[in-house]
Formats: sequence, C-alpha cells, structure tokens
Amino acid sequence: MSLHLRLAIDIGGTFTDTVLADPDGTILASNKVLTTHDDPSSGALAGALRALRAARCSASDVKGVIHGTTLATNALIEKRGARTFTITTAGFRDILEIAYERRYAQYDIALEKPDLLVRRDQCLTVRERMDVHGTALIPLQQKAIEEVLGQIDESVDAVAICLLHAYANPAHEDMLADALRARRPDLRISLSSQVSPEAREFDRLCTTLANAYIQPLMDGYLAQFAARFSNAGLDAPILMMTASGGMCTVETARRFPIRLVESGPAGGATLASDVAKRAGLSNVLSFDMGGTTAKLCLINSGTPRTARSFEVARAARFIKGSGMPVRVPVIDMIEIGAGGGSIAHVDRLGRLQIGPESAGSDPGPAAFGRGGVHPTVTDADVALGYIRPEWFAQGDVSPDREAARRALEADVGSALEISVEQAAQGVSQMVDENMAAAARMHAVESGEDLSTRVMIAFGGNGPLHATRLARAAGITEILVPPDPGVGSAVGFLCAPVSFELVRSRYGLLTEMEWLDVTGMLEAMEREARAVVAQGAPNATASVERVAFMRYVGQGHEIETVLPPGAGGAGWVPHLTDAFEAAYAMSFSRPVPGMEIEILNWAVRASVPGSARHTSVPVPKDAGQAETVSILCDVTGAEILVPVLDRANLAPDTTVPGPALIAETQTTTLVSEDFSAHVDACGNLRLIRKDLQ
Amino acid sequence: MTQISKTNAQVMWNRLLSVVEEQAQLLMRAAFSPIVRECGDISAGIFDDKGRMLAQAVTGTPGHINTMAAAVHSLCSRFPAADMSAGDIYMTNDPWLASGHLNDFLLMMPVYFEGRVIGYTACTSHLVDLGGLGMGPEGSDVYDEGLLIPPCKLVAAGEPNALLLDVIRANSREPIANEGDIYALIACCEAGAERLVAMMVDFGLTTLEALGTHIITTSKAGTEAAIAAIPDGTYRNMMRVEGYEAPLELHAALTVSGTVITVDFAGTSPCSAKGVNVPLNYATAYTVFGLRCLIGPDIPNNAGSLAPFVVTGPPGCILNAQHPAPVAMRHTLGQVTPDLVLGCLAQALPDAVPAEGASCMYDLPMRHVAGASRQFAIEPVHNGGTGARPYADGLSATAFPSGVFGSQVEITEAMAPVTIWHRELIPDSGGAGQFRGGLGQRIELSPATDDPVLIFLSVERLQFPARGRAGGADGAVGKISIDGRAVPGKGQVQVNRGQTLVFETPGGGGFGPPNARADEAVARDLALGLVTPTGAGRT
Repeated sequence: MSLHLRLAIDIGGTFTDTVLADPDGTILASNKVLTTHDDPSSGALAGALRALRAARCSASDVKGVIHGTTLATNALIEKRGARTFTITTAGFRDILEIAYERRYAQYDIALEKPDLLVRRDQCLTVRERMDVHGTALIPLQQKAIEEVLGQIDESVDAVAICLLHAYANPAHEDMLADALRARRPDLRISLSSQVSPEAREFDRLCTTLANAYIQPLMDGYLAQFAARFSNAGLDAPILMMTASGGMCTVETARRFPIRLVESGPAGGATLASDVAKRAGLSNVLSFDMGGTTAKLCLINSGTPRTARSFEVARAARFIKGSGMPVRVPVIDMIEIGAGGGSIAHVDRLGRLQIGPESAGSDPGPAAFGRGGVHPTVTDADVALGYIRPEWFAQGDVSPDREAARRALEADVGSALEISVEQAAQGVSQMVDENMAAAARMHAVESGEDLSTRVMIAFGGNGPLHATRLARAAGITEILVPPDPGVGSAVGFLCAPVSFELVRSRYGLLTEMEWLDVTGMLEAMEREARAVVAQGAPNATASVERVAFMRYVGQGHEIETVLPPGAGGAGWVPHLTDAFEAAYAMSFSRPVPGMEIEILNWAVRASVPGSARHTSVPVPKDAGQAETVSILCDVTGAEILVPVLDRANLAPDTTVPGPALIAETQTTTLVSEDFSAHVDACGNLRLIRKDLQ
Repeated sequence: MTQISKTNAQVMWNRLLSVVEEQAQLLMRAAFSPIVRECGDISAGIFDDKGRMLAQAVTGTPGHINTMAAAVHSLCSRFPAADMSAGDIYMTNDPWLASGHLNDFLLMMPVYFEGRVIGYTACTSHLVDLGGLGMGPEGSDVYDEGLLIPPCKLVAAGEPNALLLDVIRANSREPIANEGDIYALIACCEAGAERLVAMMVDFGLTTLEALGTHIITTSKAGTEAAIAAIPDGTYRNMMRVEGYEAPLELHAALTVSGTVITVDFAGTSPCSAKGVNVPLNYATAYTVFGLRCLIGPDIPNNAGSLAPFVVTGPPGCILNAQHPAPVAMRHTLGQVTPDLVLGCLAQALPDAVPAEGASCMYDLPMRHVAGASRQFAIEPVHNGGTGARPYADGLSATAFPSGVFGSQVEITEAMAPVTIWHRELIPDSGGAGQFRGGLGQRIELSPATDDPVLIFLSVERLQFPARGRAGGADGAVGKISIDGRAVPGKGQVQVNRGQTLVFETPGGGGFGPPNARADEAVARDLALGLVTPTGAGRT
C-alpha cells in the first residue's frame, strides 16, 4: 500500500527538527538531532531516516519534503559567502558606506557601523543614469560596459548590480548582466530589478548584495541536499520554506536564496496561525521561546502580520539599525535575546540584566554541568523547581539544581544582597518583563492591542514561561499545542505555496497614472503565478494585489487591498474610504482633506496548504502523579505541586494550577492563578482562574 | 507602598522605560512632519507628581534632553494640580519653555489614579509650519517666526479647545498637517497615561513615590560616581563659528567639582540679528548630551542622572538668547555645543574624548519658485564626518550629535523635481592622524525640469574646520557652490536649469599625530581610495 506521507525538516542553529506526517496532518514521528554544521544535509537525512524507522514507513512512502534552514542566515552572520563585487551608477560608489548616515545607538560614541560584506575596492561603478520615471538620462554605452567588466577578475564569484531607479526600468541592468554572462558564464549575477525592485537605493543594494553573496553557497547546498535525499530513495519533490511563511520550489530558491532567511521562525508563526484557525480564535499572539531568542508575532484571523523588510546580522544583537536591511516579504515578528540560555548579570548601577549574551548549548546553562558558570534563564527555572531533571530533553541532560543555585548566588544574589530564591525569581521576572515589553512595543508599532489576545506558546521554553509572560503582558488565556518542542517543523506542514512581489511606482492617489500602474500589476501577477505554478502545478492560485498608502508627509503606510480588474480614477473614492477607515482604526482620528500618496505595490499569489485534521492519541493510564516542591511564581512561597505527564491527559481533563505538565521536549508551568484544560484537539488551554 | 524589593523596583523601572518608548513610537507613526519621520524629532517622558522626570524615551533627538524635564517643571509650578481635572492636557510652544523654537510643541497631561494626580506624561514634536517667515534664519525677532502659544490648557476634560485649534490652523501654511500632528501629540499623552495607570494596577502601586525615589537616587549616584572619577578643575575651550553676519566666538568653562559639573558660556559672542540664536534650554540639552556620551552613557535620562549637570550663560550671549530674539534655526549652533564642551572635557580625560566633527547637520530644505509647474517642499538631510576617536577612526558621513537619518537619492528625486548626479565620500577630507577623522561627502544636484529650485541653507564649518585633537589634523571644511561660484552657508539660493549645486560636507578632525598611524591603516585607506597618494604624502 502506498502512503502519501510528508516530511518537514527544520535545520536550526543547534538542532535539526524532523516531523513525519500522514496526509491529514497527523504526526507519525518527530525527532531532534544535533545540526551537523559542516554538512547540514547529512544531519537532515539522519533525522529523516530515524523518523521513517520510528513510524515503520519506507522512503518511497514520502511524497513531499518541506525544508527550512538557517544556513542562509548563518552565512550572512558569519560572513561565509562568496567573493562578491557590486556595480552601481557612476557617482554612487558609497551607497553602502553612507547608508542612512546614522548611528544605531545615540550615546555610544565608540560604535562602528555594520559590516556590509564588501570593501570599498569591491564596489565598482558604471556610467549610465535612469531618472525616476525610468527614462535614460545617460544611456549605457558599450565603452562603459567594457570598462567595468575589465575590473572584474577571476577571483570574483558573484556580482550584485544595483543601478539608480532600475526598479522603474531594468534595461541597463539587463544589458550589463548579458555582457557579463557572455564574458564569464560561471559568475552568479543578482540584479536589483529582479531581487528587490523597490525605491531606496541603500536597501535595494543591500538586498541584491546579500542575495549574490549567499547564492553560490546555497546553490551548492540545495543541489547536495536533493542528491543526498534522492540517493536514499527520498526523491519526492522538495519545497523550500521562505521568510514569508510560504513555500517555493528549489529552482526559485536558487534564484532568490535571500528569501530563505528566517524560515524556521516563519514556520513557527505558520503553526500558530493553523492552531488558531482550528481552535476558532481570531486574534492571537504567537510566542516561540527557544534556547537563544524569543519570537513574538501578532496573528489576526489566522494570518500572521507581514512586513517587507527586516535586518540580518545585527552587530549589536537585537539593536535596530545595527544590521543589514533586507527587503523581502517576511512574517512580521519581533525577536529578542531572551531564551533559556540567556545569561543574567548585575551591571555597575546594580541593575539586573538578562542577555542578550547566551550560553547556547556550549557551554550551556550552569545546571547542565558542561562548563557553564554564569546563571541563565534555564538556571533560574531549575532553581525555582520548574524543570525536573528526569523530564528534561528526554533525559539526555540532567540539570543540577545545586549548580544552578551556586551560579545564581555568585553572579546575582551576592551582588544584590538577596537570597538565591529571590535571585531566581528576579531573573525570571526580568526576562518575562523584557519579553512583555517587546510584545507591547510590537503591538504598538502595529497599532494592535495585546490584552484581548490568546497566546499560543511553543518552542523548548515557551510553555514554561507562558503564564509568567501572560501576566506581565496583561494576557489572560494561553494555548499550548501538541508537539510544541518541534513547532516550526510542524508549521511547515501547513504552509501555503506562495510568492510575493513588490514594485515601486510613485504618485499622488488623485494624480496616479492608472494605465501604467495596471500594466505593472498585470506583469507582476503573471510572474507571481508562474512561480507558484511550479510548486503547485495542478492548483489555481488566488491572487491579492495591494497598495501601500499613506498621507503625504507621513511615514506610516497602510496596506490597502486593490479591487479586481484594471485601475482607474474610479478606484480613488473606494481606496480613500478604505485608507481612512484603516487610519482611524490605528490613530483614532482620520485627517480629512490630507492628500494620499502611494510608492509601493505588491502582488501575492498563493495556493493554500493542506488542511490538518489531526487525531488525538488515546491516553494511556492516567498513572500516579508525582508531587514536587517549587517556588510559586505568584507568591514566592515554597509549595508542593503535582507533575503530570501530558501524554496521559485525556481531552476534557482539567488541571488547576499550581501544577507542572511535562512532555518529552518541554514542560508547561500551570501557575497558581491559572487553570489548564485539555481541549478536543489535544491543546492545553490555560485560563486565568479569576476569569473563569 | 513604602518598601519595594530591588528586583521589583527594577522591573517597574523597565516598565516605565517601555511605556515612554511606546509613546514615542506612537507619536512617530502618527506624525506628519518629515523631520519627525526622518529624524525622530520628538520626545516622550513620564514625571512624578512633583514634576520630576522618571523616564524619557531614547528614541528622539538630543535637543529634547533636559528641555522637556525643565518644561514640565515650569508648567507644574504654573498650574497647580488642585485646579486640574482628569482628561486635561496643557501645552506651549514658547521656545524658552519648550524646545528652543516655535515649531516644537510640548504637551503635558496629569495622570489620575484613584482620584488623585500621581504624575504626568509629556511629549514634544516638531510641527510642519507655524506661519511667519517659516523655517529659516531670516526672521529679525521671534514675532517674525510665527505663532507663539503661551502655556495654556489645550484639552479640558477630554475636549480639545476648538478656538485654540482654529487659531493654530489660521496661522499655518499647513493647517491640516498641523492638526494631524496635534492629534498625534494628544494621543501620545493619553496612551502614556493609560499605560501608567495599568502599570500601577499591575504592581499594586498607589503612588510613584518609592519607585521615583529609587530611580532618581540610583541614577544620581551612578552619574555622580562617574563624575567623581574625573579630575577636579576648571577646563576652558573656545570655538570660532561662522554665525549669520559675522564669525562668532563660543566660550565654555567646564568645572568639575567633586560630583557636580558646571558649564558656563561666559565670554560667548552676543546674539545675531537673525534666527541662529539659541535659548539656553536648547544649548543645555546638547551640552549635557555631549557630556553624557562620555559620563555614564548607560544611565537612563531622568531627574537623577541630569541633576549633577548645571549649565549657565550670560543672558544675551548667543547660547542664552533672550526673548524676543529670533531662534528658528537654533539647532545650527546648538549642535556644535557638544564639540565646545568636549574640548573642555578632553583636557581632563585626554584618552577618552574624540576630536571635533562636522557636527551640525547639512540639510537641504528646498522648494519650488513662485509660478513653478509643480509645487513641492522637502528637506533632505546629509552629514559630514565625525571626529576620530582616541582608539578608532571617525565615521564617514554620519550624524553626530543629532540622531537624524540621511535621505535616499531615489526618494528625494521622487518627491522633488531634482536630479542628484553624485553622492560619494570625498577622499582626503577626514583629518589625518593616528586615527583619521570621518570623511565628508560630495553631492551634486540640478533641477530636473525647466523650473528653478529654491534652497534654504543654514550650515557651519565652511570657514572653521573640525579641529583635530592630540596632534591630529583638522578635517576638510565644507564647500557649497553653484557652477563653481562659492555660496554662503546661511540664506536662500536659487538653482536654475542647467546649473549644478555642489554641496560638500565637512570631514571630522583626526586624533593623535599622523605619523603614528599604523602602516596597515594607511595602506588600507589607499587601497580603498579613502585617502589619495597625495593626501597620504601630506602627512
């Protein structure tokens, strides 16, 4: 009998997560293996084969592979990309160095600007010039082409071409690329008019450069991954997870490898969206806390918020502006340095600080006994009694409570003249408050409210910190889905096949050249549909077209869906109304009479992912609950609580706090002020007791 | 609440800081003024019931540091809390109370908890236009510069004062944008108050007393400890600046005495007849910012961390301009005060203080001429190089002390009918030294249509370069010309079709003797074209 199984593989910085599922999305097997950094596809294959063995299935049963990887992000952070040159318009050699002329930290006079991958002597220019409408002010002549090609020697592997206003007319970039290819067929060439056709030369060049820089590496990796899996009999089509939470083909991924960054976190947000939809929740906050960072994402009506840019390789970790901006469609989330491995210390003003430095998995938290001496968030959780040695990481690691207490005493307790218990509570309170602050800030920036949302918690540390974060953020209900420890890979299974394009065409709404805009939107739609058709050949993609509108002079853009068909003056009243309604939602009062302008337009084509109808496994015997002593996170008092095995909890079971609910890769802390309930889908629903 | 635990106090302190950041983000998102969007020319803060500042957003420009703290203090003493009602908001744009020029509106709102005023939220933002001669140095007194609104009640129990809004609308070229900005400020105050009350409920507080005392004493002690580490003494510095009609001298005497720093501007030239004068509150803001970059930069701004700094100046000197002196472009000289006082501090801390930098922003406010086919007004911002640090080169084309964002060529060309033909770093413009000053940049700009373009200049360092320190050479001066003819640094110029405006921003000063520069650093500069062989040979 042939099965139609799907395999989702998420290669992260520490672990490679693998999930094997049947066609309705029921998970047959999952595992975590250590990421093999030298040759990541070998670890991925090991995980895949292990999952198949565990489920007693054969390679030929697998009909689809979905893959996400941090390889692209890591190559940018670790500067392990190709030797790349840039070509820009003559007179604009220093677009990268000049950037936004800004220091990312106001009071730090010692700061250095971000390292943007190429030195000034790798930045070439060519005589040509387009104007803002795409009309050539200076034509690109053969002589100019020859001059610049002469400067690209054999040592160069990749070239990023970004000419001024190429988003309005790519002709000069195309000519240059053709000439370059004719001379050096082996070169990888990235054009700004294809990678990121949006106005703002610095962002466009950064994106094009990052794409070129990782292209040779990702090309090689993707070829090797496909070959290795195929040799093992896993020759099902591979789809790649992208930062936007959609999937694309390997072919598209090889053209635009920059779209593969941050695919793991995107998988997590996709999981949360799917869980929210199936639980009938309209507005949720996705909370994914791992070993190094916490990711928070707002999800409305089952769709995560999207953004059009983010920063990679921040020099000062998590400080806005210290990295390299990349303009690709992404799921809009906030990522902060708050994970189990985040290190706590006391600064010279006597302030307790958490992270962003992380002990990672090596040396790891002090409690792991692998050489870590500084107290981490995990050490605080161990000291508070929330992490039971026998339950942690399938028993692979056995946390030592005394080692955790010693580290907390040395670095925090003695500096603040407080007890170890108070130190542990302080670390916990501080990291939860930091995450709550990030969540609130993200909500403010997005014009959304937190307190009405249900939090969906997953990742190795998410279920452990969920109630504490909820309390600090004013959230009263939490949902912990099944298999929270491998959440991102589970999320891959419900991702759509999709592709999004953004183009710039500036105009006032009332003076827009609609014929021109319509032509551009139609061309974008054709391109997006073609890309999606490769990954979902038998389906018809749905297409959404949007304009990013704003009041003239205002920075904040509002995404407005465009009506179907050709654009014209008839759209103006409709778009004005839609914009002003959305504006009033965010800022309480519209500004009547103000002109509206549009610079950017987007087209998204997508084929939705397959629906999941997971069956809930029948619990074994309820068994005897063990009782352990913990420090209550509400009162600070030492109390006795039951530890329950999640696998033994049948639907409709209620577990009043305080309690611990343990499973293979994580533990859910049910605080004293919460009560947990198992729903029909096997989710744990935690609700504040005073609201029941 | 009388006693709070250390970690609890800190959690609440962090919460206050996050509340003011949320306020600032909200204000930036809703603001209309391009200078707010591009430069974050705003501020937001939380104050206790005595008007002491407990937290201020780090988003924003240094121009609001201290000015907001002082402004709320004076509004509090003018309007007794007993006369206030829930939902009231007070405001002023008096340059000597708010932030140095009429465009900056300051709003303050009492926060009620259990029927009592327990504190205040405040915010400041730059409005687009308040009538008069507009943003430029041409006014002869503050009356020429537009509408001044003395401290008054803008919102009474949630209802905006309709007459006041009418007056503001009637006195502006941009009435709609102004109104939008005022709504944004109101929303910012209200959001801050709401969040503050939510925090008090969360933590079971009934007053801000204990928390405020903790924040202020901790910050004050930290700042005093940093000051105590500086050798006592009086350190003097003088800078020449170009001013409007004639060069001026700026003098500062910085005295470190135990745990207090005083700065006095005695000896500084008198006010100009035109709007480059600086009210003392604004000069103080940049002065204290410059000092705090080196003295306790990790301590948040609040009444405690600001208390040990006292800045004075003889009334009538250009850094303590008196009403009704014109002050619209107070930032041009205000932004050089960090260089002025860091020149003093360098004598006490020779291994810590950078060389002088380009310092004042090189912005290019431009608009259409009368009768042009397309109307526009934009203000692209550009910068020169920063001074070399005692341990590293200066940063090229980077804003300091202001926190502005530079503009993108493609955006400028979309918003205005101009073509920018060139924007590159200028080799050899950074002052030579063991550590090199940051480079300036050269911008070439022409009208893109038959219509001429008007440009309003107010920049410094065309005659007096950023000086090197510890034997480092001076940076290159800025240069502005049209078709090769030099143009003065302040005033209005017109660029016609076929003409090219060349705009070169200054380089930063070098640090340490040039012959002490590492060979590899020289070779790298040559390879990257940041220094020419001629330039390298000069040293």
